[in-house]
Amino acid sequence: MSQYSGAAVISGKPAASGARRRAATDGRLASLLLFLPPALLLFTLFVVLPIGEAAWYSGFNWNGFGSPTRWIGFDNYRFVFDTRGFGTAFRNNLLIIAVSLVIQLPLALTLALILADKFRGSVALRMLFFLPYVLAEVATGLIFSFIYDGNYGLLASIYRTFGAEAPHLLASTQTSMLAILVVVIWKYFGFHMMLFIAALQGMDRNLVEAARIDGASRWQVLRHVVIPLLYPTIRLSVFFAVVGSLQLFDLVMPLTRGGPADSSNTMVTFLYNHGVSRMRVGYGSAIGVILFVICVTFAITYKRWFMRDE
Amino acid sequence: MSDTSIVGRRPLDLVLVYKVLFLALVAAFVAVPLLATLLGGFKTLGELRTNPFGLPETWEWQNYTGILLSKRYWQLLGNSFVIGSFTVVLTLIVASMAAFAFAHIHFFGSSMLLSYLTMGLLFPAATAILPLFIKVRDLGLLDNYFGVILPQVAFSLAMSILLLRRFFKDLPHELLEAALVDGCSYFGFFRHVTLPLSRPILATVGTITFVHSWNSYLLPLVMLNSEQLYPWPLGIMIYQGEFSSEWHLILAFITLTLLPTILLFIFAQKHIVAGLTAGAVKG
Repeated sequence: MSQYSGAAVISGKPAASGARRRAATDGRLASLLLFLPPALLLFTLFVVLPIGEAAWYSGFNWNGFGSPTRWIGFDNYRFVFDTRGFGTAFRNNLLIIAVSLVIQLPLALTLALILADKFRGSVALRMLFFLPYVLAEVATGLIFSFIYDGNYGLLASIYRTFGAEAPHLLASTQTSMLAILVVVIWKYFGFHMMLFIAALQGMDRNLVEAARIDGASRWQVLRHVVIPLLYPTIRLSVFFAVVGSLQLFDLVMPLTRGGPADSSNTMVTFLYNHGVSRMRVGYGSAIGVILFVICVTFAITYKRWFMRDE
Repeated sequence: MSDTSIVGRRPLDLVLVYKVLFLALVAAFVAVPLLATLLGGFKTLGELRTNPFGLPETWEWQNYTGILLSKRYWQLLGNSFVIGSFTVVLTLIVASMAAFAFAHIHFFGSSMLLSYLTMGLLFPAATAILPLFIKVRDLGLLDNYFGVILPQVAFSLAMSILLLRRFFKDLPHELLEAALVDGCSYFGFFRHVTLPLSRPILATVGTITFVHSWNSYLLPLVMLNSEQLYPWPLGIMIYQGEFSSEWHLILAFITLTLLPTILLFIFAQKHIVAGLTAGAVKG
């Protein structure tokens, strides 16, 4: 109890009469007991506990029925790393991250630099480019599985007009991942573009004007004024791109389900295909824990190294 | 005229030409798949193959009307709507109460609890999907709307609380102090002052939560068994499986399920973008 009244002093509340003060303090405790528990309960029950339980279950060979009894230590982790497809899934996630950073973000930045200016059609184009982000991943995946369809798809018909044989991109281990990467760019570049546009619009134009008056070229202004001012947003965009790439799932399912022959799995589709759908709780949880560790390690390291001042 | 331009202009506008070409290229990249889907739904299967890009020769309205008249379509949308609405309402209530406490009530451990609650931003729900399934099963919520709704609320809390707290903090604290001195309770103030003043941010958080729920796939996939409970992303996958290569019907179905999303986007676009950029100030 005393900690609350202590906090009241620290927070510099005006000292009304003692009775009122006490009433306010009691009210504070009662209010906290009303305001916080729902959020804490839901979050603990459905987010924190399952993570902890994943760590626990990953030590068992368990099909999810009854209670876990066959303790096998770290064997599930060994099994995960020994499964050939997991390495591919991990590599695919890295590939998605790379494409997001090397193609998607520069594309988004370029578009933002153009579309941050107001001209006829700029708002309409912004909305068009942002639209894919709002569409469901599943619908997006299905639209592109039509486009890639070797019999009816748009791509196949382009091939046919040139007299070439229509490809089945999604059915080949060579091309399935490539096809998915295009969809990833299609779906998410608008999101990053919007972040950049917002940052550009919040930017102090005087600095740009000053540089221009000082005789800086267009490129120099961009390179030495605009981009540095965008760094906080770029760092954030990179963060979103990496964390988003690590959890890609919904988009892949309608396109390939991770196939053919596990060639286009991400870590999450791998977790689903090899853990959830076969109810291998220990094995699946081990994958979950690995993914969790990767995400959290990245988030913490990145925040510490690149986002210290924010 | 180009005063506001960041990059500026040259007398000979070759750059302008490049810009227009570039924009047209990207616009085509985005628009062609969407238009092909919309128009493909109006074609016959045969025409889809022979005339993939053009307008339909005869508009096959029955592709669309058949779906619109089916119970299945409305059931899928209805399920998504029920799940989405409950998720939004619960998220708004639970998150705004917690955000209010963090914004206006000083207490020991406040920042620690806030970091605890916002940890959820760091990792995807998929990491613990199997234990979550077992938890939902043990609670008897499997194959029940709430088996999807409650985890969705839990996972949307982190971002929602951050956004709401920042907004609440900007409301004048003196108002609260005055109200408390006058004998108003924290809850009374929250209910009668904070919430009405916070409509814009509530709309933003609500819209974003709804879009996430409306589009979500993994949680319903794992938690629901009965097809009559399926939200539309699940239903559309089943539909595609059934009609495997009858793309004209599948495309019509996709278009019709995207319609609500696009309408929502048009009406709530301001709130979606606002939430995105507000959330972006600090991840």
